[in-house]
Amino acid sequence: MWETFLSPDNLTYMLKGAGASLALALGALFFGVIIGIIMAAMKLSKSKILNVIGTVYVEILRGTPMLLQVLFFYLGVPVLYQMITGTRLRVDPYVVGLIAMSLNSGAYQTELIRSGIQGVDKGQWEACETLGISYVTMMKEVILPQAFKRIIPPMVSEFITLIKDSSLISCIGVAELLYTAQVLGAKYYNYLDPLIIAGCMYLVMTVTISFIARKIEKRMAVSD
Amino acid sequence: MIKVDHLSKHFGGVHAVNDVSLEVNKGDIVCLIGPSGSGKSTLLRCIHGLETVDEGAVFMDGEKMDPADKAKYRQQRNRMGFVFQHFNLFPNKTVLDNCTLAQITVLKRSREEAEKTALEYLEKVGLLDKKDSYPNQLSGGQKQRVAIARALCMNPDMMLFDEPTSALDPEMIKEVLEVMKELGRQGMTMIVVTHEMGFARHVANRVLFLDQGHLVEEGDSESFFTNPKSERAQDFLSKVFYDAE
Repeated sequence: MWETFLSPDNLTYMLKGAGASLALALGALFFGVIIGIIMAAMKLSKSKILNVIGTVYVEILRGTPMLLQVLFFYLGVPVLYQMITGTRLRVDPYVVGLIAMSLNSGAYQTELIRSGIQGVDKGQWEACETLGISYVTMMKEVILPQAFKRIIPPMVSEFITLIKDSSLISCIGVAELLYTAQVLGAKYYNYLDPLIIAGCMYLVMTVTISFIARKIEKRMAVSD
Repeated sequence: MIKVDHLSKHFGGVHAVNDVSLEVNKGDIVCLIGPSGSGKSTLLRCIHGLETVDEGAVFMDGEKMDPADKAKYRQQRNRMGFVFQHFNLFPNKTVLDNCTLAQITVLKRSREEAEKTALEYLEKVGLLDKKDSYPNQLSGGQKQRVAIARALCMNPDMMLFDEPTSALDPEMIKEVLEVMKELGRQGMTMIVVTHEMGFARHVANRVLFLDQGHLVEEGDSESFFTNPKSERAQDFLSKVFYDAE
């Protein structure tokens, strides 16, 4: 039975699925960082309104299941759109999947970045203040480089979580790794083997990332 | 040069600094001494503006330092260098970059000019050979000397020191005090919060003694140490100088 699934055609199909998972996770990590920096800045700002926006965003996206969020954007938003504009909205499952994952990851990364910035010693802010250094220069040259150093390990686990959570997108028909396993399982009436193969592929990705992350951490520890 | 007029500062219900007035003239070396929690660090931080002032005001050359007048306030603050107890060097930058960052971004000096100035002051504090090191590769005394050089690079008219030797190993204290003494000898105006009584006595020309937020006694350093007038200061001095007899 194994030969069936390891045939060039089927294997390529699953590898493509793995590629899609990885691409979705990378995209979500990237947009999540951008959302995270903006939202963290809002949560740290002196403006009450911005604080509330940042907090509400984080609480809603961390406090509801990601599967619900994915379905909401794929099935709920088009209905909402039609109610408001009267026209139908055709959504691409890949795009919706990426948006949902980015928004979800952005909430977690907001908290990572916020705590990373707040974790930088108050003395660093004061030193910049006494030297007359502007807020932007201080953030760019002093605070963020130190914050990111402490953010990298949790950021790596966020990336690993994203790779695994990308499997949730299979429910809206995106051909990522778990989806391909399910398709092959249905095709041959055997779910065991494709699921094991998919699991191995997930493991290869996550273990490799952990390994690279440890290398980077070690190298950075030198300048500590 | 600096005039503090009836300054008060509260933290919650605590009166950290209570109605203190003082004057520092050009070339003065003034030491603020007193027990822990007497408000001397808070007073110094209020002078620089690291803490907001609750009552009273700080004047620089006769002009009030007012945070509301942003541009002027900035200029006034930039005339003061500040040295912290815990150095606060930037750990992600080399010694040289620590000294050039503010010069380049605040004073808009060119990199060559900034490096030239930095090397000049690093030589003054005896750390020219450490210019490419990172702060974590230095001893406490070396870190503090870099911090002093970093502040001097901005060409301040006066220097404020907040317990500059309190976080140092005993053997590192002297090298830092020597640098400060030399700075004073060259005419730098300095306000120093310190527990180093030897420095206060022999290098400072004036001593202010604070207790529980009040300025209890003020005088030239020699007469303060030989003949303190207030009972509180007498008590304090009798406790800090260990006399085996």
